[in-house]
Amino acid sequence: MVTAIGRRAAGEPWNDPDARPYVELRRVTKKFGEFTAVDDVSLKIYEREVFCLLGASGCGKTTLLRMLGGFESPTAGRILIDGEDVTDVPPYERPVNMMFQSYALFPHMNVEQNVAFGLKQDRLPKAVIRERVAAMLEMVQLGEYAKRKVGQLSGGQRQRVALARALVKRPKVLLLDEPLGALDKKLRERTQFELIGLQDKLGVTFLVVTHDQEEAMTLASRIGVMDRGTIAQAGTPAEIYEFPNSRFVADFIGSVNLFEGRLVEDEPEFVRIDSAELGGTILVGHGISSAPEAALWAALRPEKITMSRGAPPQTDNVTRGIVQDVAYLGDLSIYVVRLATGKLVRVTRPNTARHAEPVERDGEVYLSWDAASPVVVTR
Amino acid sequence: MRRLLRRLEGTRVSSRGLVVALPYLWLIAFFVAPFLIVLKISFSHAALAIPPYKPLVVWTSRSVLEIRLDLRNYLAMFAHRLYGDAFLNSLKVAFLSTVFSLAIGYPMAYGIARAGARARNILLLLVVLPFWTSQLLRIYAWVGLFKANGLINETLISLGVIHQPLTLLFTPFAMYVGIVYSYLPYVILPLYANLEKLDWQLVEAAQDLGCRPWQAFYKVTLPLSRNGIVAASMLVFIPATGEFVIPTLLGGPNSLMMGRILWDEFFSNRDWPVASAIAIVMLLVLVPCMMAYLRIQSRGSDS
Amino acid sequence: MSRRSAFVITCLAFGYAFLYVPIASMVVYSFNASQLVTVWDHAHSPTLKWFGALLHDQEILGAAWISLKVAVANATGSVILGTLAGYGLARFPRFRGRFAFTAMTTAPLVMPEVITGLSLLLLFVTLEQTIGWPAGRGIGTMIIGHMTFSMAYVTVVVQSRLATFDRSVEEAAMDLGARPVKVFFVITLPIIFPAVLAGWLLAFTLSWDDLVISSFTAGPGSNTLPMVVFSMVRLGVNPEINALATLTITAVTILAVGATWLTARARRHAASAAA
Ligand SMILES: Nc1ncnc2c1ncn2[C@@H]1O[C@H](COP(=O)(O)OP(=O)(O)O)[C@@H](O)[C@H]1O
Ligand SMILES: [Mg+2]
Repeated sequence: MVTAIGRRAAGEPWNDPDARPYVELRRVTKKFGEFTAVDDVSLKIYEREVFCLLGASGCGKTTLLRMLGGFESPTAGRILIDGEDVTDVPPYERPVNMMFQSYALFPHMNVEQNVAFGLKQDRLPKAVIRERVAAMLEMVQLGEYAKRKVGQLSGGQRQRVALARALVKRPKVLLLDEPLGALDKKLRERTQFELIGLQDKLGVTFLVVTHDQEEAMTLASRIGVMDRGTIAQAGTPAEIYEFPNSRFVADFIGSVNLFEGRLVEDEPEFVRIDSAELGGTILVGHGISSAPEAALWAALRPEKITMSRGAPPQTDNVTRGIVQDVAYLGDLSIYVVRLATGKLVRVTRPNTARHAEPVERDGEVYLSWDAASPVVVTR
Repeated sequence: MRRLLRRLEGTRVSSRGLVVALPYLWLIAFFVAPFLIVLKISFSHAALAIPPYKPLVVWTSRSVLEIRLDLRNYLAMFAHRLYGDAFLNSLKVAFLSTVFSLAIGYPMAYGIARAGARARNILLLLVVLPFWTSQLLRIYAWVGLFKANGLINETLISLGVIHQPLTLLFTPFAMYVGIVYSYLPYVILPLYANLEKLDWQLVEAAQDLGCRPWQAFYKVTLPLSRNGIVAASMLVFIPATGEFVIPTLLGGPNSLMMGRILWDEFFSNRDWPVASAIAIVMLLVLVPCMMAYLRIQSRGSDS
Repeated sequence: MSRRSAFVITCLAFGYAFLYVPIASMVVYSFNASQLVTVWDHAHSPTLKWFGALLHDQEILGAAWISLKVAVANATGSVILGTLAGYGLARFPRFRGRFAFTAMTTAPLVMPEVITGLSLLLLFVTLEQTIGWPAGRGIGTMIIGHMTFSMAYVTVVVQSRLATFDRSVEEAAMDLGARPVKVFFVITLPIIFPAVLAGWLLAFTLSWDDLVISSFTAGPGSNTLPMVVFSMVRLGVNPEINALATLTITAVTILAVGATWLTARARRHAASAAA
């Protein structure tokens, strides 16, 4: 996966307590009748960031975005943009623009008119409008399509018109709701990089909503994982992947093996967890802060497990099992290994050599991992 | 200050209010309020005056304000066979016309909904055309067909089927034909709208699970088009109950229909209070039907 | 399967014959020279003499002029009220009195015309007695009467158009800086314009064809075309009316076929572009 930490949002302003947030949500809640769509969310986004809201369908991403755009007013909480409280500012006066999930192009206007619409509302001189629209259309490679009716464009072209129309207003923040959701897989991958390139060039802060974790990983400087109206964890893609703070996040991003257990050794440098599911102990190479005796889980990514037919040299973090299933995916293979306890463990192995040592179904294998690999989560 | 201004224009309530207020007030003034006046006048009594009824509220002496609710109009409706018969007859005619219209309209709507896209547009257009053409003229066409020397009789005689012209005009038969004919587009269009949305794969699934075509129709298509059937029925039944033009032109002078009686009481007898009482009694029957229609319509727009 | 198709096709054939035989007979006999309408005069037909007579009939022409004025005013007023009502119903899912509003915009669609007509007349009479307005009845009261039921049709047309309208298009315009009123006029109205136009035509036709409500709300000397036709028809069949019917049907057909062709073409364009 491609990530671009540090490329955008110079430094890591989110780790700097003095940095001024560009967009700030303060304890924002949105209720539709009895139903709470967004539940007490606080969030700080910094200038030039690409912040991705990632979550399953229906978890409240769009609602959160629409509150920033001014289309829904929060039931409670405040929204600040560039230091100004915009909670009660109507959409047509907010310094943000939105790219809608359906693109929402004006069907009775051509490409040029669509892109010029926002500038006309600002009553800019005609010449300025023409110039900026032309430059914008060049940037999204739609120069030749200026006079086309939007009904006559392909999906990818419509997506770029929607983008151009929102960006040409030079908003402080661009809100993108599933910007690539309607494109097919190949086009989506290519467009992701175009989007990053554009953001880099224009320096606009992006807030992107998506349910596609790969897309979030590719685009984001930071990801906010949403779960039923709350932000479960916010951090850089690597932080989210390597140090998930909960079973939900660990399981939502990528796939993970979870071993329930309890602490048997608690040292500052390492901990040892006894897991009945594993049928042994897990050595974790970093300290944790957890109440002893509290239930916890060791999370272990499939690609961090080494599988071998012979016994590995180490004595900690080793177990044995029978290969129950193999799925060949081309670049890698997935193995499902049944432990003596009955627990199924997922292991992935890259297919580096064309005729690598085959691991066959029903064969017995050893599984081992580094003490640095497991992450301990307590919820 | 700017914030306050923003608040003022941002309040959706006021803009919302403005949009809805104009039609709302219009309908209250010209659709709802008139019924209250009809109700009031139905309790009055005809008089040789302008307007031709007695006031409800009178100063009898210097200090007594009397409100006279004259129930004679309503009592007359029970006393005279004419009204009761006309009332029952109107309901019967409206009901049977609804059944006939559905019997003809449902298969047509079904056929249109299952036709290919191109044929469908043409077939729909052919249903809509009469709908846009004057009802009066279309009823008049039947007068020409039904007359003693009209097209139907002439054709039958020249074919040798009959030797004496049949009496067709000014019969209940002619009236039923006229009503079904007039309201057929009102049946086909909502049924079509309903059947068009129906997922035909459900019918295929039913057949796949062992239903014969007729069973699949009876168990899947028909129940799923229930809303369309109810809406179509109401679009015929309610206005047909008060129909005036068709009974007059095709049913003849003796056709006993409430719409005609109301018209005659009003225009010929100048008995406005009785006409009002007839209207009120009709409304008592029709309002529940309208509520049923309304419920179907609003449910349709929710889903 | 095929048996049922045969049944459905038979029903369609019968149904369309039922719809069109009377209309066709009127059209054919409008070219008949005989005064007796249904007796075909082979010697002198086809003829255009009834069309000529129609166009010189001062009573009919005068009535048609009144009908035209009423229909245009009604259609315009109904489109304004009906578009507002349809917009309100489609865009504001909850407001106080919404149910009553829905009921009031639906009831005129089915309300027997004699009831609507009677109640409107009694209202006008009562108003005239109490506040002196409207002074007598005529074109003005007829327009009000027609608008009351026509706007319900426009409301339905506009509301169902807006129901299939992607709201985010309006939100996008607002997002780009247009105020709600401007959004309505620059975005919403142009997009739903075909529906609004259809509503206008529908309201026009309803008014142009209306007999019952006009009869109640018209004053002396403001007889509309259907009122004149009705009194002629009551006296018997009249070949001039056949000619009038032929003209009406021709106009409606041209309009409807034209409109269908235009929408079909627009749809084809959109489809070929999206592909
Ligand atoms: N206007 C609304 N009225 C009622 N419920 C709503 C409304 N908008 C969204 N919701 C509900 O809020 C939840 C979150 O919706 P949304 O923000 O669109 O989710 P996402 O974009 O993450 O898929 C959903 O369960 C949805 O049904
Ligand atoms: Mg969404």
